[in-house]
Amino acid sequence: MDFALILTILIKIITLTFVVVLPLVPVSVYFERRFSAIIQDRVGPNRVGIPLTLFGGKKDFSFFGLVQPVADGIKLFLKEDFTPAHVRKAFYWMAPALTVAPALITLCVIPFGSDIQLPGMDPVKLVIADINVGPLFIFAVASLSVYGITLAGWSSNSKFPFIGGVRSTAQMISYEIALGLSIIPVLLYFGELNLSKIVQYQAEHGWLLLPLWGHGEGALSLTSKLLFWIPAFISFLIFTISIFAETNRMPFDLPECETELVGGYHTEYSSMKFAMFFMGEYAAMVVGSALIVTLFFGGWSVGFGADAAIAGFAIGGFKIGGLVHLGVFLAKVIAFILFFILVRWTVPRFRYDQLMKLGWVIFFEAALINVFLAALVIASGSGKFTPLILGIGGVLLVITTAAIIYVAKVSEPKVKALA
Amino acid sequence: MPSPIFWFFALVMLFGATAVVLLPNPVACAMSMVASFVGLAGLFIGLNAYFAGIIQILVYTGAIMVLFVFIIMLLDLNTEKKRMPKMTPMFAGLGIVIAFTIQLIGVISATPGKQLPALDLPASAKNFDASTQIAKNLSSNTLPDVHLIGQSLFTEYNLPLQILGALLLVATVGVVVLSKKQIH
Repeated sequence: MDFALILTILIKIITLTFVVVLPLVPVSVYFERRFSAIIQDRVGPNRVGIPLTLFGGKKDFSFFGLVQPVADGIKLFLKEDFTPAHVRKAFYWMAPALTVAPALITLCVIPFGSDIQLPGMDPVKLVIADINVGPLFIFAVASLSVYGITLAGWSSNSKFPFIGGVRSTAQMISYEIALGLSIIPVLLYFGELNLSKIVQYQAEHGWLLLPLWGHGEGALSLTSKLLFWIPAFISFLIFTISIFAETNRMPFDLPECETELVGGYHTEYSSMKFAMFFMGEYAAMVVGSALIVTLFFGGWSVGFGADAAIAGFAIGGFKIGGLVHLGVFLAKVIAFILFFILVRWTVPRFRYDQLMKLGWVIFFEAALINVFLAALVIASGSGKFTPLILGIGGVLLVITTAAIIYVAKVSEPKVKALA
Repeated sequence: MPSPIFWFFALVMLFGATAVVLLPNPVACAMSMVASFVGLAGLFIGLNAYFAGIIQILVYTGAIMVLFVFIIMLLDLNTEKKRMPKMTPMFAGLGIVIAFTIQLIGVISATPGKQLPALDLPASAKNFDASTQIAKNLSSNTLPDVHLIGQSLFTEYNLPLQILGALLLVATVGVVVLSKKQIH
């Protein structure tokens, strides 16, 4: 471990986490408010800007209200940090940190762009830790954020927050199963768990959900790629909806459902501690979008075979194509954040039994069947199996699917008509 | 000489494990156990066993301990706090710890203090089919631990894996049947 290596890692951690991603959190809060205002035919916060009148100017510069997040942040900092007398202190203080930290730690395996190179130095990868178990690492660390919410609910020593915490535990454990199973087809397709290599593969051979370029040459043919689009899309659906559930976003925000639980697990929190829960939720949303983009939409790649040229783009000795890719990646992530916001303001909240049924009865089984389907498609594309084996596999798949649907229908509780 | 990171995670693990036994509050015990598991996962990752380390967090910390905490929180903690530890089980536990420590010292002192030769990954690549991911990863000098575990599981240990799967399924069905039983 030489000094330069540690310095590079530190610079990467500081820039990627605190300069690139953390500002996305207040920005997405701003987007949320403006976008919801558009949906509900309101104006939204469009006034807070640079107060030029304070310095003797004629008019304030409103800047579309983009300074609003800063004002919100200052407000949260300056509010009284009140700790109720009945709470369990140590856990009460620990909980907000435990929700924010996992979301930020997961950032370290996400590839933000291709390499950049300074003259006379080795190329620097725009990923903090290029480890071989990327998606698993994200699931593992993200699953720790449940402790924050659960402990917040329990340590508040009050009924409604406790119910919120318990709900969140059950919800997150249930949806982790669907989340993990839904990406197995994706991992089968890439044969790789390293997120940088997954993105590199997508840049060369087509995005998972847009496989239109780079056929042949060690990759699957166009037909099997297009056939794989079906399992890929099913796993995209399950994965995205499970991410909604894992981040406690609408329509899965039962842990903080105002109409039933006052404020949910953070009822007893105020000031910056409350803001940290808020930040944790939005940071989880950013990481979730980044993961969806990385796995299904080619990560930093521009697509259509243009990536090799962009990656080689250099001014003088500086190879700065990676920065272009970073911009593309952020644009995709922001598009997904807007999608999250759109869903929040259009879909009503689930009932708790519906949520559990969706997770355990529908997604779990659908993800399992999808693994089978994806394996069949890949096997048929590899040309190593005879049509007879593939046919038997197809028949088995149909039988299993029919059986599962039948069992799910039969075990449904019958609703008695009111007399 | 182990790196400072090894000492850090080892200390986290040991402190966590000690706190599980010593703390009076069951939730604090469960959280210390979580810390201990995270430390253990760090040690695994330090040994280049990324998969084992991550699965340690994913399965034990992220799922099993969450359920533990969940159950403990629903119990009445005050009765648990007041209970005094009994002497007999404490001494029995200490006896087991001492026995294991003696055994560990014996094993370590019998091991020669030689450093093992470094792994030559590119050389071992020729044991695998050149078109596979494992061979590609090995020849580029990275250890494909996930692929290697998968390969041994689904070729060498396929039958035990299938039997385990059937066993888990039977256990799940059994639990459902038992819990749905109506008491007349």
